[in-house]
Amino acid sequence: MARKLLPWLSTPLILVAFVVLWDVFVRVNDIDELVLPRPLTVWHSLVEVVQKPATWEHARITGTETVGGFLIALACGVAVGVVLGKVRWMERGLRPLIVASQVVPKVALVPLFVIWFGFGMTSKVIMSAMLAFFPIMLNVQLGVRSVEAGQRDVMRSLDASRWQTFKHLELKSTMPYAFAGMEVGIVFAIIGTIVGEYLGGNEGLGYLVVRTLNDLDAPALFAVIILLSALGLLLYFIVNGLKRFFIPWHESVYSQLDVNR
Amino acid sequence: MSTRDTLASVLGVRDLPLPASAAKLELIGVGKEFRTKRAHTHALSDISLTIDDGEFVSVIGQSGCGKTTLLRMLAGLLSPSAGQILVEGRSLWQGSTVDSSVVSQLGVVFQEANLFPWYSVAENIALPLRLRGDSKRDRQDRARELAELVGLTGFEKSYPRELSGGMRQRVAIARALAIRPKLLLMDEPFGALDALTRERMNVELQRIRLATNATVVFVTHDITEAVFLGDRVVHLTPRPGRIRQIRSIGFERPRGIDVQTEPEFGAIVRELRHALQDEED
Repeated sequence: MARKLLPWLSTPLILVAFVVLWDVFVRVNDIDELVLPRPLTVWHSLVEVVQKPATWEHARITGTETVGGFLIALACGVAVGVVLGKVRWMERGLRPLIVASQVVPKVALVPLFVIWFGFGMTSKVIMSAMLAFFPIMLNVQLGVRSVEAGQRDVMRSLDASRWQTFKHLELKSTMPYAFAGMEVGIVFAIIGTIVGEYLGGNEGLGYLVVRTLNDLDAPALFAVIILLSALGLLLYFIVNGLKRFFIPWHESVYSQLDVNR
Repeated sequence: MSTRDTLASVLGVRDLPLPASAAKLELIGVGKEFRTKRAHTHALSDISLTIDDGEFVSVIGQSGCGKTTLLRMLAGLLSPSAGQILVEGRSLWQGSTVDSSVVSQLGVVFQEANLFPWYSVAENIALPLRLRGDSKRDRQDRARELAELVGLTGFEKSYPRELSGGMRQRVAIARALAIRPKLLLMDEPFGALDALTRERMNVELQRIRLATNATVVFVTHDITEAVFLGDRVVHLTPRPGRIRQIRSIGFERPRGIDVQTEPEFGAIVRELRHALQDEED
């Protein structure tokens, strides 16, 4: 019981300590609020920013772009991952290309996307999909390969059809890998969206970061960063919640649920 | 082609058994060769054996003597290169394709329990029935019945991760028994368990087998286990795997664990152990 409560106690405590240290640091060193505002100033700015309807419109756009990009990455990542996991020769043939395209710093492509797809949402969706695609695809591929030989033998000795083997074994045993990829993927998707918004367009929380920077409004900048983090947390917890729902039997879930074991 | 030729030559030597024979399982000149680019291994050669209804046959031998290969061929997982395997007079293999109507009458227990962690104990036990299309009601009833048989009453809703190694293996046995198999094949099912659990599982297996009247082929490298459980013990020698001797074990059933302290039991174990050690020279 005590161990179950631990994160609920430790997290706020660490946050409070962090904020207090931050405040002390600014006051003791007499730092200009243009460089590092005091927590209370940020709080006031946050309250102000949150009350503006325009902020929510920006947040909605960033959220839509991220979720859109993530869903595209999920669909493509699962499809490509399953094919590459199943068809050995295809994986061997495409491996150099896959490695190469992973190594390319994809963020550097944003200006190209702006040229091709304009300053609207499309270029951001594509950026976020590109970043989220690889972790999902690679994990699904690994998952498809990692179906245990012994469990396959069980299905074969039960004279299971291909569909039955897929439904009862392959699908279930690949799911934890897919969720591991999705947890990384959703974080990457947000990064893709924000970088896209930094570099082009006039909407979204990423754009708001750039604008508050240009205004030299450090407290507002902090406020927007906090909003972005909140959006990231929200999306991550949605994916995590889906994982708990779909694979409650998996170690990564039940070890979270009952730490006392 | 070559498989057919070999088959024909083997069948030429022996008469075809009649389907009505009492034999549950019949192996006629069964052999297996593995061919790869680099190596050519003769794993099993000319294995002929007849197992009667309700009989418990243990197969022993050093590691690498082909016992697992033999069992995988019986289970329909690996095709023999020569000979014929008949289950109640029906051929299991047609060349390298397996007759699925025969396979679906076998129950197999592997060294690892190989349970599905996403299913509960009851769902794991009833999986073969689910694949066969039995109703939910029937599956639940049968799962409860089998859980009781293997001593897992009260654990039906548990998940494999909550069970000990011995309990998982009990679930695997229950799963293999779900379809009331004509033949139960076991490949070192207790090999991964500690000595005490293993001993208890041996007694349990004997009880389960007497209760279900199943015919069992039991592969192990543990001589005591083989003698304790078997009506007959088949001793395989390696490279290529051949039957060296078949020893009948006459102790009354049910056998208590104390049978192992009887002088005759010790003598049989010693005899088999010497035979196994001889091959090393």
